[in-house]
Amino acid sequence: MEAIGRVPGRVVGSHRTKFYGLSTCVWCKKARQLLEELGAEFDYVYVDLVEGKDREAVLAELTRLGRGETFPTLVIDGSDCIVGFKPDEIRRALGS
Amino acid sequence: MNAGLPSAADGEALRTRLELEAESAGYHLNPDLEFTRSLTHGLLVNEGRYGYRACPCRLATGDAARDRDIVCPCDYRDADLLDWGGCFCGLYVSADIQEGKTSLASVPERRPPAAERTMAPDAPRLGRALSLPVWRCRVCGYLCARQRPPAVCPICKATSDRFEAFA
Ligand code: SF4
Repeated sequence: MEAIGRVPGRVVGSHRTKFYGLSTCVWCKKARQLLEELGAEFDYVYVDLVEGKDREAVLAELTRLGRGETFPTLVIDGSDCIVGFKPDEIRRALGS
Repeated sequence: MNAGLPSAADGEALRTRLELEAESAGYHLNPDLEFTRSLTHGLLVNEGRYGYRACPCRLATGDAARDRDIVCPCDYRDADLLDWGGCFCGLYVSADIQEGKTSLASVPERRPPAAERTMAPDAPRLGRALSLPVWRCRVCGYLCARQRPPAVCPICKATSDRFEAFA
């Protein structure tokens, strides 16, 4: 599994979504599957797979958003956070 | 950092073992086999990485002392079972969920941020003298009066480092 990457998605001109997850976490797996089903474009990072300075940088991003280290966290359009696997909220936020 | 990933069969073997242990102590594993296997596989991945089975749904640091509260079963399992019917990961569930009477939704994180976590108190807190110290298992609440905590909690099988001095 890649630590960091982007899924191009099928929905053109939609939201900018960032997915923060753990590679060992089942709820993160479900959240990612849903994003893929919805055809969303998203950047992802599996925080347990990044180390050292890179991990600190990712955790600093989460701190800036006012969120603790809870996964999965989805950040939609830079500010809208969904913490935990909440399929209804994810569908609503991505407008589908 | 990974010394050979555990196989799916390893995940299933651990699931079977944890299920036996859980049932014998009045706990229940999530009946969704695929879901549960994926979590026990995650526990083994973490055991390979860190040397202990850190919670698959939380970010471990690799520092055993800082991660102690999230070694599975974590210090938060029983409170989450009471309030939400499942632990944070959904590995352990209530009898109602196991029997399919209700379903498990996303459980909010109750682990406090690092700065607010309390370390296990190591001094007796009661004013009066007891003939022996009392130890409390931080995982399941089991209490015992003896010189040292047991090597393994007889109820939930947590190791002796999960005990705190209670009185
Ligand atoms: S008991 Fe705690 S550590 Fe174990 S799987 Fe559940 S939430 Fe994670």
